[in-house]
Amino acid sequence: MPRVSIQTADFDLSAEVAALRDGDAGVGAVASFIGTVRDRSDGAGVSAMELEHYPGMTENAIEAMIDAAMQRFDIRAARVVHRVGPLLPQDQIVLVAVASAHRGQAFQACEFLMDYLKTQAPFWKKETTADGARWVDARVADDAALRRWGIDKANA
Amino acid sequence: MMKIQVRYFASLREALGAQETVELPAGSTLGALRDVLLERGGRHAEVLAPQRPVRCALNQVMVAETTVIEDGAEVAFFPPVTGG
Repeated sequence: MPRVSIQTADFDLSAEVAALRDGDAGVGAVASFIGTVRDRSDGAGVSAMELEHYPGMTENAIEAMIDAAMQRFDIRAARVVHRVGPLLPQDQIVLVAVASAHRGQAFQACEFLMDYLKTQAPFWKKETTADGARWVDARVADDAALRRWGIDKANA
Repeated sequence: MMKIQVRYFASLREALGAQETVELPAGSTLGALRDVLLERGGRHAEVLAPQRPVRCALNQVMVAETTVIEDGAEVAFFPPVTGG
């Protein structure tokens, strides 16, 4: 199974987690995060979202993030699925799942990967509101989240 | 001189198109390339203005604007990323 998938199709958490820990009896913990499309953003109603990426670079950037997570934490496997293309409120956007022997490292690595992805993986969101379509602004708070891990790479 | 392929994404792609080829003196940095594009005026000057937050990649790796570009490289300019 690849560690990284960028796809227009939806994903199934149960199937992804089953594949992630398949055949590894050393796994005692799986932590996962799913990001979904909200129907509100910065005070405006959101009726649709479009996600753009940089084919090739996006996959390589996330592969490198998983390498960093494997070095930093005592984890056994990690998987990232990120959707692109048109999405609607309540749709799933991103899955990060991490398997480890014990829960602590899985929780931490999952959050580390999400913090890294938010500010360093080339994706761009465009949301449709009643006023038309607009590109989503990057958030300074996301840079701060990555700095907590000792990584100072400004995005916003 | 060297030929550089420049790609744009998101709001920059909408303003400038998906890609273009630019000739640059050997040894130029990404910042120098941005300046060359800025000097064209029009939409280039608008979306690549120094006060605009623009990120860049060299051969599909995010780098600082001080990075030197080699001949035949793929360069990309884009806004801060907003995935996840």
